Amino acid sequence: MQQDKVETMRETTDDRLPQEFRFIVELVATRSHVLDLGCGTGVLLKALQAEKQIRAQGIDVSEDAIQACVAKGLFVYHGDLDEGLADFNDQSVDYVIATNTLQVLHRPAFLITEMARVGKQCIISVPNFAHWRVRSQLFFQGIMPKTGRLPYEWYDSPNIHHTTIKDFRHFCKKNGIRILREIDLKTYSDGGCSVVRFLPNLFADYAVFMIAGPASRE
Amino acid sequence: MKHGCCERPMRTGTIAEDEHSVGIVETQYYTFAEPPEEMEFECGRKVGPITLAYETCGELNEDKSNVVLIVHSLSSDAHVAGYNSPSDRKPGWWDTMVGPGKAFDTRKYYVICSNIIGGCKGSTGPSSINPATGKPYGLSFPIVTIKDMVRAQKHLIDHLGIKQLLCVVGGSMGGMQVLQWAVSYPDAVRLVIPIATAARLNAQAIAFDAVGRQAIMSDPDWKNGEYYGEAIPAAGLALARMIGHITYLSDASMHQKFGRDLVGEPCFGFNIDFQVESYLNHQGDSFVKRFDANSYLYITKAMDYFDLAQEGGGNLQRALSVVKASFLVVSFSSDWLFPPYQSREIVTALRRNNKDVSYAEIHSDYGHDAFLIEVDALSKLIVSFLQYADYEREYADAAG
Repeated sequence: MQQDKVETMRETTDDRLPQEFRFIVELVATRSHVLDLGCGTGVLLKALQAEKQIRAQGIDVSEDAIQACVAKGLFVYHGDLDEGLADFNDQSVDYVIATNTLQVLHRPAFLITEMARVGKQCIISVPNFAHWRVRSQLFFQGIMPKTGRLPYEWYDSPNIHHTTIKDFRHFCKKNGIRILREIDLKTYSDGGCSVVRFLPNLFADYAVFMIAGPASRE
Repeated sequence: MKHGCCERPMRTGTIAEDEHSVGIVETQYYTFAEPPEEMEFECGRKVGPITLAYETCGELNEDKSNVVLIVHSLSSDAHVAGYNSPSDRKPGWWDTMVGPGKAFDTRKYYVICSNIIGGCKGSTGPSSINPATGKPYGLSFPIVTIKDMVRAQKHLIDHLGIKQLLCVVGGSMGGMQVLQWAVSYPDAVRLVIPIATAARLNAQAIAFDAVGRQAIMSDPDWKNGEYYGEAIPAAGLALARMIGHITYLSDASMHQKFGRDLVGEPCFGFNIDFQVESYLNHQGDSFVKRFDANSYLYITKAMDYFDLAQEGGGNLQRALSVVKASFLVVSFSSDWLFPPYQSREIVTALRRNNKDVSYAEIHSDYGHDAFLIEVDALSKLIVSFLQYADYEREYADAAG
């Protein structure tokens, strides 16, 4: 059999949907229009497309991510989220999603307001920097925290704007953004996770927020 | 080292030995617009008959749904892949992308590439004989636009009995034709791939075209375009090509390719000293042997006039509101002739129209020429994108 000269992206184990994304899939309505910011290799969008028949659009800054998304049949835009969402009209997308994205941006507050402008509803997930493990490393050991969620050294971390569950709630309140749902999670190294109800800012290392901006009627 | 378009690697083995080559390809000709049914150009003047030179590779499937139309750039031709004769040493201009197992896999797709009107590679252009006078048209040939080129291609596609193209793809001026196809014939295209292109040239690109034309027109041998059968404006055309080549490269690629290397000992005069001088001279000289000066004038003018926004009364978003195809727009980071921001303008207009579009800016040091050189990155994107049509079908099946 003749070999292809072109090597396209193959499905890898990285393409499995992390369990915390399951909560996001549940939040999204069938046949809606979803824009995923920092969509990476398109795992979430692909799952949403398969399970919820959404119209998917992604944005990512990495060329590899774009290649991987096109290989999955997704429509993606190669661009920098720090430039905002100028191509999108107000309230033109059902769900604007940003998972693990805000903390790597130069202007996260700007992007959140852009998301709230464009999206009827927005879903944002962030690692919680107030998790007890993070706190204790800083408090008892006096070192920059490193966890499963935040595995980087201080000098090579892409995460330049950490937040906490409490800080995120404050930000929303201050900016007229309504929190429609908050799912606080403890994630495990085997890919599993569980919902945290008791003192989430201390015991959850990850949180999913569903929000709506002042312009949204949702 | 990678090679530029004009340095396509020569084959080493026989044609039959290369399992990824389409092999021998014959140029075909289609003539239409026989008087009195001449084709009216956008400028209002009529020409007929018109001949298009074209080549095809692969097999047309039963429902004619596997057609990829490749549209070419300024100086290319219908010879996109394979070899015209067993003695050819160099394959077609996009052979790296077209063939069995390549991006446009000729085991799956039926590839058509036609030479543009106004050109000089077998299609009707200023160097063709005007049947009314028995002499070459020269400057009496009407000004050609990108829209005219695409209309002529539509005649060919209709003639071949193809109702809908799976994909129209092209780089540079080819990308302009791709955009025009999507706007002029929204129902006739499913997927479009404009590469390293723009919805209109910027002033800088027009400026380089203008200087190239001036180089030709100020050559005493040009004689208002009536040089056929006599000495051709070789110096002018060579100079135009040299200017063009500078715009196809980048600072980084020139540095990598030539640096400040000398061809020999410095001559302490004005002969050729630097490798880059020698390269440009070579490009100019070899171009003169294969290209018509008047065609160069007509085609660069067609690029300068192209402004897709005019289809929407000056508004690009409105112009693109009619398209039905899915888009894959590709630019290259170091392309300063068709800079990435111009591709993003196209994408913005499409997205504001709620059209399906993917955009990739491929990181490359090769400048505008990258669309002929960055085969790996481009191939991966294209192979995936061509399958979008299958996904569409899947979803349609799932929904229906």
